[in-house]
Amino acid sequence: MKFAVVVFPGSNCDRDMYHAVSQLAGTEAELVWYEHTNLESYDAILLPGGFSYGDYLRSGAIASTSNVIQQVKAHAEQGKPVLGVCNGFQILLEARLLPGAMLSNYNLSFMCHQEALVVHHNGTPFTTDYKKGEVIHMPIAHGEGNYVCDDATLAALKTNNQIVFTYNNNPNGSVGDIAGVINREGNVLGMMPHPERAMENLLGSDDGRRLFQSLIENWRDVYALNS
Amino acid sequence: MLSTADISPKKIEQDQLYRDMGLSDEEYDKVKNILKRRPNFTETGIFSVMWSEHCSYKTSKPLLKQFPSAARHVLQGPGEGAGVIDIGDNQAVVFKVESHNHPSAVEPYQGAATGVGGIIRDVFSMGAHPVALMNSLRFGNLTTDRVKYLFQEVVHGIAGYGNCVGVPTVGGEVQFDDCYEGNPLVNAMCVGLIDHDDIQIGVAAGIGNTIIYAGAPTGRDGIHGATFASDDLTDDLDQDRPSVQVGDPFMEKLLIEACLEVIQTDAVVGMQDMGAAGLTSSASEMASKAGTGIDMDLDRVPQREQNMNAYELMLSESQERMLLVVKQGREQEIIDVFTKYGLQAVAVGEVTGEKTFLLRQHAEIVADIPVDALAEEAPVYHMPSKEAAYVKTFQQMDMTIPQVDHHGGMLKQLLQQPTIASKEYVYDQYDSMVQTNTVVRPGSDAAVIRIKGTNKALAITTDCNSRYIYLDPETGGQIAVAEAARNIVCSGARPLGLTDGLNFGNPTNPEVFWQMEKSVEGMSEAARTLETPVISGNVSLYNQANGQSIFPTPIVGMVGLLESLEHLTPNLFQEPGDLIYIIGETQAEFGGSELQNIVRGKYEGKAPWIDLQVEAKRQKQLLAAIQQGLVRSAHDLAEGGLGVALAESVFNGKGIGLNVEIFGDPTVALFSESQSRFLVSINPGHKERFEAAVKDARQIGTVNGTGEFIVRANDKLLIEEDVQTLHDLWKGAIPCLLK
Repeated sequence: MKFAVVVFPGSNCDRDMYHAVSQLAGTEAELVWYEHTNLESYDAILLPGGFSYGDYLRSGAIASTSNVIQQVKAHAEQGKPVLGVCNGFQILLEARLLPGAMLSNYNLSFMCHQEALVVHHNGTPFTTDYKKGEVIHMPIAHGEGNYVCDDATLAALKTNNQIVFTYNNNPNGSVGDIAGVINREGNVLGMMPHPERAMENLLGSDDGRRLFQSLIENWRDVYALNS
Repeated sequence: MLSTADISPKKIEQDQLYRDMGLSDEEYDKVKNILKRRPNFTETGIFSVMWSEHCSYKTSKPLLKQFPSAARHVLQGPGEGAGVIDIGDNQAVVFKVESHNHPSAVEPYQGAATGVGGIIRDVFSMGAHPVALMNSLRFGNLTTDRVKYLFQEVVHGIAGYGNCVGVPTVGGEVQFDDCYEGNPLVNAMCVGLIDHDDIQIGVAAGIGNTIIYAGAPTGRDGIHGATFASDDLTDDLDQDRPSVQVGDPFMEKLLIEACLEVIQTDAVVGMQDMGAAGLTSSASEMASKAGTGIDMDLDRVPQREQNMNAYELMLSESQERMLLVVKQGREQEIIDVFTKYGLQAVAVGEVTGEKTFLLRQHAEIVADIPVDALAEEAPVYHMPSKEAAYVKTFQQMDMTIPQVDHHGGMLKQLLQQPTIASKEYVYDQYDSMVQTNTVVRPGSDAAVIRIKGTNKALAITTDCNSRYIYLDPETGGQIAVAEAARNIVCSGARPLGLTDGLNFGNPTNPEVFWQMEKSVEGMSEAARTLETPVISGNVSLYNQANGQSIFPTPIVGMVGLLESLEHLTPNLFQEPGDLIYIIGETQAEFGGSELQNIVRGKYEGKAPWIDLQVEAKRQKQLLAAIQQGLVRSAHDLAEGGLGVALAESVFNGKGIGLNVEIFGDPTVALFSESQSRFLVSINPGHKERFEAAVKDARQIGTVNGTGEFIVRANDKLLIEEDVQTLHDLWKGAIPCLLK
């Protein structure tokens, strides 16, 4: 399986994401500069965290208009997995690949610490290695992670089982304690917590490993089926 | 104000306009002698910034020479962007601390943000990957709206910049005292990692090579900032606002990536940040170090504003700019890298053999100065020095033990002092984890970051108890270095070296200069004894507001090496049943203590005593015990003494508590700030080996699993508190003060 980690000007978790997936056995990953216009050779696309374009205008807004996002959309339409973490999630929202938007954290400050998350939905290709309802730990590091959407969208997210992770102890004011949502088709996941920072107990948690492992295992199953 | 370059050299002399730029009459005469004519407006400005304290260290140079800076493992000492220390395996650690005090007093967000930006550039200009940021902050007490605003905005500024560039802010320290009310201190430290072969230095070598300007275009911001930084702050801070630069961390992030990419080519000869005094200092220093000259055409310098004259272009401190010297003929490949990142890179001049600093604009020569006159030959002053009168009085004072009626209540009060209270409010705003190396996050004695691809790690700390230095600069200087080393040792690392951030008042005051002299002496002695060479640093003088000078505050930034992650040792107690030890003896020492601050409302008397030989021996013994796996946790005893250290050690969220027995005067045992002491916990199975390894250790209690904090004194119950209650007071104190 081959991952693309898309690097925008101002991305700063790109190498962490690359390190996280490439340290898992049997996977291949490449850092892909945002000017590349062909992502067809990759099996999964990862949009890392950071401050693309300095978060100027709005977080993720400028990156969402770049050419590579058209490629990401085409990739998603083929049903291939796309994961956006932190700023990557914000870009997916701005690109309308996921519903909702981000506001500043309720206390108007950046916050960075380990958070307890509940795995709300383990039926996605990203979460099959977790148990439903399991409490896991991952760091958050964001200033604008206060997820909002209108009531109808929230109701639809619930009905369609699109809420993947929730905060156990909501740090930022997100509606419905939402930490991560997936698209209706179930292949585009956006989340504020950083699984790539939760790969080793030395750094506080290795609960993020299973997210990437789920992705790899599910890809193998699909790949085996197709071939 | 001076705003035009049309003013004639004659008028500058007649109207003594050079004084407004910061040159004294004697210095102006010296300039005339060097040039053998009157300097024009641009040249006067160039001399004034290059000869400012900020760039020339003209009053502190004689003191800085005392610092021990050589050792076998030092690859680069002071004088470059940052110092470099060998850590084995062909790798080295690069670090430096820098102050941004005056800008932060005027415009705290941008002042602090650009301080972070500047120190990062100093580190990557050496070719190193920035891997960690630290900071050391001082504010007045959180009682006025102005101080609260300064505190909150400085923290926001550090977060806003550091988080965006993707370098984790892994720790630091914040202290509060009235003397910093009008003049806060904002010192930022950056640590980088580098392979030996990649070390770059800022030299303009190779006649005919090309000078390339890269990064943000030049605007009119921060003009004369270096001179501003070398002057007293006035009441009218708004007037100084144009001297503060504005940072763009996004631009910095691109600049880091591009610069680290270009040094991988062999086309770059030298690279330097345009920091204080901007284009002037970077260009002239690089030429001076290489023994060359520079010929630069200012029309080619990227400009953000129209009609900028030579004076403005040369003195602007616009941020996120670098100057590179590139091999002749290799310019385009370097420019292409910057272009990839959307950055401007322009050839603006060339290296000459003339040893002159030659500037052209609109086809005219606008400055023609011998290079060495600006850097190497800047004036050096030996300032008059006089023992501060108050120190004599303090030395003669008898030691008294402050009256404490209720020790549990006093402990609670101490835990809520902002200097002691949890700084979570501050560090939660910093991205401390990006780059996925942060093993020990903020809130510990020292932060620890692992080095990917090895089993090694770096321990980093900043420290300075300025209260002791105020009472006794020499002893206080020794303590500052010793305490930083203690923090490093507690984490399981061996101290490697330090960077100093010297913050003092007005050096023309002989008593202030004496404080500088004595604290540098003390620090130098400790650095020699503890084998921690001083490899880089920064001097910030004139830190006074409205006639009140700050406490002398020479901040120590120290880096240590964990040879193996197995030596990693937490500060906090870990397991119920573990034995608690104190290492070192406790005297009745309250001068400069947090208890004295609470009970007396001021600092007076003698600073705590320190014997550097004892300190060195204890640090070595403790580190050896840690390396043998005999120690479960280690914490240094600092502000608030044993009582505060005990409380901090059980704040680990695991529901543990302690039972401790003390003897003698309970106020002395719990709250004295005697030096060279550690609080350690060990597995009971290691008791005999530990006691044999650390001779000065004495068991004082055990860790319990009940969450109770119980201290008995002389066989009577003295304190019985719930750990959770103590924790909540400690954690909530700063947010509560900000409400």
